[in-house]
Amino acid sequence: MRDGYELSGVSLTYGRRTVLDGLDLHIGAGECVAVLGPNGAGKSTLLRVLTGHAPERRGAVHLDGIPLEEYSRETLARRVAVVPGEASLPFAARVEEVVALGRVPHEDPLRGMRAADHAAVAAAIERVGIADLVGRDARRLSLGERQLVVLAMALAQAPRILILDEPTVHLDLRHQVDVMELLVQLNSRDGVGVVAVLHDLSLAAHFFPRLILLDRGRIVADGAPDEVLSPERIRAVYGVDPALVRR
Amino acid sequence: MSAGAASRPRPAVHVGRLETLRHRPLLVAAGGLVALGAVVVAGVALGNVALPVGDTIGILARHLLGWPVTATWPASAETIVFDLRLPRVLTAVVVGAGLAVAGTTFQGLLRNPLADPYVLGTASGAALGAALAVLIPVRIALLGFGLLHLFAFVGALLAVAAVWRLSRQTSLSSLTALLLTGYAVGSLLAAGLSVAMYASGAQLRQIVFYLLGGFSGASWPQLAAATPLVVVGSLLILARARSLNALLLGEEAAANLGIAVRRERAILLALAALVTAAAVAVSGLVGFVGLVVPHLVRLLVGPNARVVLPLSAIVGAAFLALADLVARIPGELPVGVVTAIVGAPFFLLILRRARAGYEV
Repeated sequence: MRDGYELSGVSLTYGRRTVLDGLDLHIGAGECVAVLGPNGAGKSTLLRVLTGHAPERRGAVHLDGIPLEEYSRETLARRVAVVPGEASLPFAARVEEVVALGRVPHEDPLRGMRAADHAAVAAAIERVGIADLVGRDARRLSLGERQLVVLAMALAQAPRILILDEPTVHLDLRHQVDVMELLVQLNSRDGVGVVAVLHDLSLAAHFFPRLILLDRGRIVADGAPDEVLSPERIRAVYGVDPALVRR
Repeated sequence: MSAGAASRPRPAVHVGRLETLRHRPLLVAAGGLVALGAVVVAGVALGNVALPVGDTIGILARHLLGWPVTATWPASAETIVFDLRLPRVLTAVVVGAGLAVAGTTFQGLLRNPLADPYVLGTASGAALGAALAVLIPVRIALLGFGLLHLFAFVGALLAVAAVWRLSRQTSLSSLTALLLTGYAVGSLLAAGLSVAMYASGAQLRQIVFYLLGGFSGASWPQLAAATPLVVVGSLLILARARSLNALLLGEEAAANLGIAVRRERAILLALAALVTAAAVAVSGLVGFVGLVVPHLVRLLVGPNARVVLPLSAIVGAAFLALADLVARIPGELPVGVVTAIVGAPFFLLILRRARAGYEV
């Protein structure tokens, strides 16, 4: 059994609709992978499978050689951090308090955050470049700023694998590139595995060495950007003129 | 970030800036404890027979703290303090702390600022229990406990248990299911309560008295029974503050942060229900404390449950002891009326002037 994620025969149906259809997939622990595909292709569902939120799935999912079901939530959270597509809060909270939630799997249940935890929070804020947001109410931020806060929270979690659901969807171009560069750097410098669902094919092709293209619950292509994003395939999967995707 | 981002200067994070609010919880705790001490002394000193504050502090210091204070007061003063007022004031303290802790827990668990300790049927369960106890012609009283306290306690717990069980059989998302089931069960129990009140005849006043809440019937044995439940329940909730914090972000995000959501939610719900049931069994239905105090504390110190829970306990205790004192001055108003009259305008004022950086 290889390290990282190993999926074999993973299928998932909601009612009569097949969302994932027999996926076989290996994502190494230190890989940097973008998951692409049209709306409803099963991208987010695949992430839910990876993070153990799809108990009704069939097939086997192993993480570092161990069946995913055998991980406790806490052990899994120390290895895998998730940047969700959306996050909401019922009460006002300062940006740094939201980032500090990333320390939940590491902090002492009784004593709470200690010096190392506070340092990890400060480092994550620094790294994502949101120091100027410190002290502000996270609920009053723009969607893009909130996305960065949630990313910082996931970094504070100090994971070995980072899973992101459309992390750049609300960001301006500058921040999209910043986040992509951060992910690449996390992967190359810190050895963190990255699995990101992306909609922007150009960004994905530019920054990610491996792309997985999903369509109607199946993997239709998996490999380097040039192989995966051929004009014929873009036309077949997305039904658009490939010229619209500029490389 | 890498080279591309380096051209834009970014402010560095000063850890000191992250810690600017670290001292605020201590200030709030100190202020709350001073207020609590003052309210307890005032609550013991004031009443039909006003005792000099010096004597009151002397009696409390001599008997509670064992200080060698010379008795300059009549023996009757000690009787008033120990037999009448102290159990009453301390019951208000314990109930106030318990309701505030339970309110904080329910609001966090349900991710709902409108939640209070009574949201999942505890209130109507306790009320129906109390009403049935009043209707049962057998009078059992043991050490100051009546059937009413027991039935109210059991009624509150049964109501929450029913809500929990029923909510898991729906196809709704778990939070929506809990809230809606709580509303449905609460309405059903309230209908039962109405029937009981209709049938109660001359005993109606006794039921209404319970519904409005109060501490005039407080006694040492009741206090001794309720206190361990409230204290132990609250401490166990505090030990799970981490789960409450993670649950702020919702079920799935909390699971991604390492929380076994179903288990933690069930445990926290059971503990908060236990604390609430112990409180309403001795005090009746005192409203407002469990809703407002957690918000007040969050406005001051933010949403971290590890801080909010203990501070809510202190503030809730002081607030309810004060409300009980105010309720006694005109001659026994129901304390629930006072908590609303004192608390509502105060709360509205805070909401308007929330400049602390935190909002509800």
